[in-house]
Amino acid sequence: MSDDMDFEEGGAVKKFMFVNRKAPYGTVYALEGLEVVLISAAFDQDVSLAFVDDGVFQLVKGQKTDGVEMKNFSPTYRALEGYDIEKLYVERESMEARGLTEDDLLVDVQIMSAAEMGDMMAQQDVVISF
Amino acid sequence: MKFAIMVNEGPYTHQATDSAYQFAKAAIAKGHEVTRVFFYHDGVNNGTRLTVPPQDDRHIVNRWSEMGTQHNIDLVICIAAAQRRGLLDDNEAKRQGKDASNIAPGFRISGLGQLVEAGIQSDRLVVFGD
Repeated sequence: MSDDMDFEEGGAVKKFMFVNRKAPYGTVYALEGLEVVLISAAFDQDVSLAFVDDGVFQLVKGQKTDGVEMKNFSPTYRALEGYDIEKLYVERESMEARGLTEDDLLVDVQIMSAAEMGDMMAQQDVVISF
Repeated sequence: MKFAIMVNEGPYTHQATDSAYQFAKAAIAKGHEVTRVFFYHDGVNNGTRLTVPPQDDRHIVNRWSEMGTQHNIDLVICIAAAQRRGLLDDNEAKRQGKDASNIAPGFRISGLGQLVEAGIQSDRLVVFGD
């Protein structure tokens, strides 16, 4: 890290939100996004995850990926709690448009409307979308 | 203001990288500071020195190198994303037993922690992607 950055050790915690918008296996965004989330846990920031659009498919139970020869990384979402990442927000409209309910998801999440999600995003210091 | 930039798409394929460059250029022209550009997903391809575009086109890689050197911008390529896509610096090439390295001048390879750190240390982290 550069020495010329005036970063105070033990400075204020920032609110980071990672916005997941893509289906889990069509592109690499979901997998590489999750790698960023895991690293962020080491920085003691206020981390949350949002799932919108096809991103809600990332949390669907019973993913089987053998046929496409890709690693099923969905169990990692269940491990996030162990990294103290517990704020998982799912947009209701995205879920409903795809015929999903909370029972289809593999982790406990907070479901909110698009408007509420917008408010939540507005409160963040850093928003990174995948 | 202190800006950090994230570039998530490859050069010539997607405008994200051009927009990121133009944004950085405009911010610097306005007297702001761009501290770091972090290249992720296919964005890592912005840092291969083997890029040879047609002569009448912009040279995206050289453009970043020049801006980085001129304005002391830390150009960071994510190591995990880079290795998947065949981008190596001298050290990694040696470590992985490869016969070539291809990182452009002014770029360096490092971990995802550099992205989170940039989010913490800068006033704004601006993400350019799909």
